[in-house]
Amino acid sequence: MSIKREDAENIARLAKLQISDEQLEKITGDLSNILSLVDQLKAANTQDIEPMAHPMDAVQRLRPDHITETDNREAFQKIAPATEEGLYLVPKVIE
Amino acid sequence: MHNKTVAELSKGLAAGSFSSVELTQHFLTRIAQQDPALNSFITVCNDEALADAKAADAKIASGSASPWTGIPFAHKDIFCTQGVKTSCGSKMLDNFIPPYDSTVTRNFKQQGAVCLGKTNMDEFAMGSSNESSYYGRVVNPWGENLVPGGSSGGSAAAVAARLTPAATATDTGGSIRQPAALCGVTGLKPTYGRVSRYGMIAFASSLDQGGPIARTAEDAAMMLNVMASYDDKDSTCIERDVPDYTSTLNNSIEGLNIGLPKEFFSDHLNANMQQQVENAVKELEKLGANIKEITLPHTELSVPAYYVIAPAECSANLSRFDGVRYGHRCADPKDLEDLYCRSRTEGFGDEVKRRIMVGAYALSAGYYDAYYRKAQQVRRLIKNDFTAAFNDVDLIVGPTSPTPAFGFNSKGDDPVKMYLEDIFTISTNLAGLPGMSIPGGMIDNLPVGLQLIGNYFDEARLLNVSHQFQQATDWHTKTPKGFE
Repeated sequence: MSIKREDAENIARLAKLQISDEQLEKITGDLSNILSLVDQLKAANTQDIEPMAHPMDAVQRLRPDHITETDNREAFQKIAPATEEGLYLVPKVIE
Repeated sequence: MHNKTVAELSKGLAAGSFSSVELTQHFLTRIAQQDPALNSFITVCNDEALADAKAADAKIASGSASPWTGIPFAHKDIFCTQGVKTSCGSKMLDNFIPPYDSTVTRNFKQQGAVCLGKTNMDEFAMGSSNESSYYGRVVNPWGENLVPGGSSGGSAAAVAARLTPAATATDTGGSIRQPAALCGVTGLKPTYGRVSRYGMIAFASSLDQGGPIARTAEDAAMMLNVMASYDDKDSTCIERDVPDYTSTLNNSIEGLNIGLPKEFFSDHLNANMQQQVENAVKELEKLGANIKEITLPHTELSVPAYYVIAPAECSANLSRFDGVRYGHRCADPKDLEDLYCRSRTEGFGDEVKRRIMVGAYALSAGYYDAYYRKAQQVRRLIKNDFTAAFNDVDLIVGPTSPTPAFGFNSKGDDPVKMYLEDIFTISTNLAGLPGMSIPGGMIDNLPVGLQLIGNYFDEARLLNVSHQFQQATDWHTKTPKGFE
C-alpha cells in the first residue's frame, strides 16, 4: 500500500521526529515501499492462529519484593545534559 | 601471535610462552597499524587493556587463571561497558559513558579477559552492510570496495583481519551470521534467552540476542561458555544450565540427520552460491551425516513479518531517547516538544528514523490488528514450520546470505533491497532458534557462509557439527590479503 505525504507527516509527529519538506517526498516513498513489502502478509491464512509474542511462549517472571539496588543517582545524573539539585532540567513546561 | 586461535593463545598464556601484556600490546599495535583502512573499531581501550593485561598476568602467575584470563577480545559497541563510551553506532549516544556493565561485559571481566575496544556497527544495529554507522562505514578486509555485512560488521571485519582473536556481537535478523559469512569468520546466534540482554542496547526486544564471532567453532564455544548465563536482570533470560560447549566438539556426527530447506535454494540464490553450499553439504555427508530435503513453506513471509515486528519494537524501545537523561540534547530548545523533536531528529540517522516511523505506523490506532497482530500470527506459522522440520531432522543447513560480500552503495536508494539480504537468517530470529554461520566455500576469492540452524538450546550440536566440518576443511583458515 502507499501512503500520502500527510500520513508521513502525521507518523513523524507521533514519533517526535521532524522531517523537512525536501525529505518528506523521499520518506513517503520509502515508507510506501516498506509497507508494500509488508502487505505480502495479507496472503497468509492466519485463521485461528494465536499471535506469538515470545519464542517459547514464556511469561514475565516475578521476583520477590526485596530491595536489591542501591541509590546511584549521582552516577546516573553525571551523564545527563542538565541537572540541578538531583533533578533533571528541561525547558519550562508550566507558565 | 595474531594467527593463533583463542584456544591456542589460552594454552600459550598458561605455558608462559608469552604474557598477556605482550599479547595485548601486539593486538593494540596491529589495530593502530591496520584499522585506519578498515574502521572496524569505534573506541580502542589502549590504557585499560594494558592495565587489565597486567592484572591478568598476575592472576596467571598466582595459578588462579581461567581459560579466558589474559585473552584479548573486543565488544560490539552495543554492550554497555562501565566507564567506556558505548555509542551503538549513533550520534545519539556519542557522549554516552555507561555507569554500569552489561551482564555479558561483566562475565568477561570476571574471567579476566582483556577488552581491546568497541567495534563499529550499523546505527542501533539496524542494517546489513554497516553503512549506517555514525562513525562511518566499515571496510571488508576481503576487498576495499566491499561491505563487511551488518550490523556486527566491525566485529566480523576485526576478527577476519586478525585485529582481535574474537569479538562479541548481536543478532536481531542476521546481524551475527551475515557479517560472519561476508567476512569469512564463524558466528553464532544462540537461542533467544540463552545470553542475557541486560545492558545490551535494545533494538527489537523479542528478537535481539547476543553471541560470539570468532575464527573457529572451538573459539566460539569458548566464548559462549562465558556469554551464556542465567540472569535475574533479564526477565526473558531462560533459567537453564549452561553446558561446557567445548566438551562435545569432538563428538562424531555419524548418523546425524540434516535437512536442506528447498526454499533456501530458491530464486534468491545464484548458481555459484548454490554450488558452494552443495559442496559443503557433501563434506558433511562424508562425515557421516544423512541429508534430506525439507520444506519451510512460510520462509517468504519472514521478511515482511520481521519488518513489522522489528520496527514496532524499535519504535517503542527508542522512545527512551528524549534528550533528558542521557545522550544527545539539541542546543537551546525553545520548549519541551522542541527538545524532544530536535534532539531525536539530530541524534538519529536516516535508517533509524525510517524504522521508527514504520513501527509507529504499524502500532498506530486502527492499524494494530492489520499489521502487528497479523505479523505475530505469521511468526507462529514460521515457528510451526521449524517445529515440523525438527520432527524429521536434527539440524537444518543452507546458505547464510544470497550472495558473497557486495559493494558499497550497491543496494541503491530503496531500503527494501537491503532488507531482502536477510531472507535466510530472519526466520531463525522470529522462531527464536539458534543459528550459526561458518566459512563454507569461496567465490572469486570471497568467502561464502554456510548456515546451520538447530532446535532450541542445541548450540552444543551446532558447535560440534561446525567443529567437525572445520577439522575436515580449511575454509576457516583463509586469510584476507594484507592481513596475514
